[in-house]
Amino acid sequence: MSRIARQHSAHLPPKTRATNFKEVVCGYTETEAVAEAGRCIQCKEPLCITGCPVRINIKGFIHLITKKDYKGAYETVTEANLFPSICGRVCPQERQCEAACVLGKKREPVSIGLLERFVGDTARQSGRHQTHEIVSTGTRAAVVGSGPAGLACAYDLAKAGVSVIVYEALHMPGGVLTYGIPEFRLPKEIVRSEIDNLKRLGVVIKTNSVIGRLHTIEDLMGRLSFDVVFIGTGAGYPSTLNVSGASLNGVMSANEFLTRVNLMHGNDFPRYATPVGAGKNIAVIGCGNTAIDSARTALRLSPDNVYIVYRRTLEESPARKEEIRHAMEEGVQFLFRTETKEIIADNEGWVIGMNCRSKDEAAAPDFLLNVDTVIYALGTMANPLIARTTPGLKTDKAGYIETEDLMTSIPGVFAGGDITRTKGTFTTVIHAMSTGRRAAAGMLKYLESRRQT
Amino acid sequence: MLALKCRVNVIIVTAMFEIIRVENFSPSTFLWEVIAPEIAQAARPGQFVIVRSDERSERIPLTIADFNTDEGTITLVIQAAGKSTDQMRAYRVGDSILDIVGPLGEPSEIENFGTVIVVGGGLGVAPVYPILRALKLHGCNTISIIGFRTKSLVFWEGRFRDYSDETIIVTDDGSYGQMGLVTQPLKEILAARHVDRVIAVGPLVMMRAAAETTRPFGVRTIVSINAIMVDGTGMCGSCRVNLAGEIKFACIDGPDMDGHLVNFDELIIRQRRFVKYEKQSIEMCKNRCQE
Ligand SMILES: Cc1cc2nc3c(=O)[nH]c(=O)nc-3n(C[C@H](O)[C@H](O)[C@H](O)COP(=O)(O)OP(=O)(O)OC[C@H]3O[C@@H](n4cnc5c(N)ncnc54)[C@H](O)[C@@H]3O)c2cc1C
Ligand SMILES: Cc1cc2nc3c(=O)[nH]c(=O)nc-3n(C[C@H](O)[C@H](O)[C@H](O)COP(=O)(O)OP(=O)(O)OC[C@H]3O[C@@H](n4cnc5c(N)ncnc54)[C@H](O)[C@@H]3O)c2cc1C
Ligand code: FES
Repeated sequence: MSRIARQHSAHLPPKTRATNFKEVVCGYTETEAVAEAGRCIQCKEPLCITGCPVRINIKGFIHLITKKDYKGAYETVTEANLFPSICGRVCPQERQCEAACVLGKKREPVSIGLLERFVGDTARQSGRHQTHEIVSTGTRAAVVGSGPAGLACAYDLAKAGVSVIVYEALHMPGGVLTYGIPEFRLPKEIVRSEIDNLKRLGVVIKTNSVIGRLHTIEDLMGRLSFDVVFIGTGAGYPSTLNVSGASLNGVMSANEFLTRVNLMHGNDFPRYATPVGAGKNIAVIGCGNTAIDSARTALRLSPDNVYIVYRRTLEESPARKEEIRHAMEEGVQFLFRTETKEIIADNEGWVIGMNCRSKDEAAAPDFLLNVDTVIYALGTMANPLIARTTPGLKTDKAGYIETEDLMTSIPGVFAGGDITRTKGTFTTVIHAMSTGRRAAAGMLKYLESRRQT
Repeated sequence: MLALKCRVNVIIVTAMFEIIRVENFSPSTFLWEVIAPEIAQAARPGQFVIVRSDERSERIPLTIADFNTDEGTITLVIQAAGKSTDQMRAYRVGDSILDIVGPLGEPSEIENFGTVIVVGGGLGVAPVYPILRALKLHGCNTISIIGFRTKSLVFWEGRFRDYSDETIIVTDDGSYGQMGLVTQPLKEILAARHVDRVIAVGPLVMMRAAAETTRPFGVRTIVSINAIMVDGTGMCGSCRVNLAGEIKFACIDGPDMDGHLVNFDELIIRQRRFVKYEKQSIEMCKNRCQE
């Protein structure tokens, strides 16, 4: 069994990085990557692959890294995952491939995520991208939403010769990759470069296009004569904070906060005109990826204190463990097993504090947290817009689109990503991408069957 | 390609939405007619767009004050209320806007309701016009009450008269039409005869006053919520409104809402959310935004 210790990538030091938006994890150098790849014992029946939601040939690509065949490694990864630079950075590997790695039983698992990232980054830096012979089929697809689900679906459709138009509501494509996950975790340059690859395949992205308003799904299938449609609109509708004071000035959803920074560059106010509206003492309610991202983003706006207020324990947090560690190192203060009772304000309606109750026997039960800003990250739900404007589209009670093999109740209209729900799966980037690709396969089959009749 | 006229800096962008007409109603209120054929095609009365003038601008919600499917244009009437809307005054015919997204929001309910009073005040005058027109075309008996601060700010009187059975103009200082607030004639009419519906669009305080005026008469009153917005797609919750204890989003559930259920007090407080930043922005721009 491998004797070399797991290679750790360099990180920016916590003190410095907490003051800027530069990427925290530097990634492997070539030497580190080759050494880490060498730790893989090339199991006969690799468990890691079963842990990967898209079944990347992990064993295969790691072997190619040891041979320094990075082109081959890239081709191997991208057979299953179109965006290795993105997933290498944001997948919860500790719950997926790395959790299954046998080395992890006795010591640390192979750092599959960092290796995947290395493969993607090396390809990008050497200007390598997936090349495909495209033979036009004369069919047309509309993709609604340009998050990971929509992008992956568009990619596979375009490769198969379908002419694709992606409609995106915001002024920038990328979905959560653009407006949600911050620069210091996923540099926007990477998202842009993946989107450039799509454009290279001939995919057209129309921003500023809210489907349901500008065109309905019916229009897409009718007046605009698309043969198939994919709905990948995500589940971005923020759940409301149900405590008294939730509508005060200084209380906002994590989505609003992150959008003001990531999409509108409010951290560079007033050079950019959109203010963020965060104060000096900031509480973030919740402890998922979105909460951690909000807290770490807030920290970078140079406040005095940033708190995570979470009603459960550290172990119960669904966030990537690495990010929680990063947040702690950077100085985010965690209040676990703490419930928010009410938000209080001055007489002009500005937040001046939050009454909390701790379930920890050791701590004082009730206390006032002195904060002027409260960001709530309590999860998101299905956005009702498409369902409301699409007669005949079946949804479940909560508004998520129901599908069978990813086709909705309307023939030719498919859906994937967070707007659909599968029991037992987490809403992750990789899951969204894989449903996008599976939907694309279904759409191609549908087009084929229609051609034959 | 053209350079955008932003006093902060000059950014070169590819022309997207060209302005083909600018009309100044007063030093602070102006009109843009913009080429946006797809939006014009889809627009319905009561809907709005979000405008991002250039790379560094805010996303500003503006009601579609008119749309012309033949010409493929939409009309926006803008009141310079702060930094972003003030900067928009610098745009001229031939300039282009980087991003316009829309139409957004639920269209207004339009049918023959019987007698309808349409109330527009300040920046609400232009937005209420397409609703008035549609109501008239659907056979309503229409009464419009439009309010301005003073005579020199009055615009579109002719347009309102064209689609109203009665038109009442009020000015705060009495320099034109009746003196006073829009709620005075509103109350008089409600007391005098049967009215089926009131539609009030304008500043929050005006809409609150209108809703309070109609409440005792039990007349259904629709207001158009101009909450502060970011995305306009239901993703951020910035525009949330407390509607009789239930949270609604103005951008996808509205902007039209039942004025008797809206918690205006909360909205008025939230409208001031960024006041201190706006001041700071204007100050800092005076000093160093030439860079
Ligand atoms: C802050 C944050 C951090 C996260 N961190 C991680 C992480 O570290 N790892 C991980 O795996 N997952 C993470 N997630 C979850 C992950 O980002 C999502 O599961 C994933 O992005 C879902 O992809 P999607 O394509 O379904 O939707 P989205 O990414 O939500 O994209 C949907 C797109 O559709 C557009 N749209 C919506 N409605 C319309 C319409 N009517 N017309 C046109 N366009 C429309 C939206 O504007 C958006 O661009 C995070 C999520 C958030 C919010
Ligand atoms: C659905 C909708 C439709 C609208 N239609 C129009 C329209 O047709 N014409 C028009 O001139 N304006 C309209 N508005 C208001 C317009 O969006 C704001 O005036 C603008 O965002 C202010 O931006 P600013 O940077 O110029 O001013 P800021 O400096 O941001 O603000 C100046 C003042 O206006 C207040 N304010 C900020 N945002 C808003 C807001 N959304 N609504 C009202 N007051 C605000 C501020 O509290 C401040 O007192 C609409 C708003 C909404 C939500
Ligand atoms: S503006 Fe963001 S949800 Fe309405």
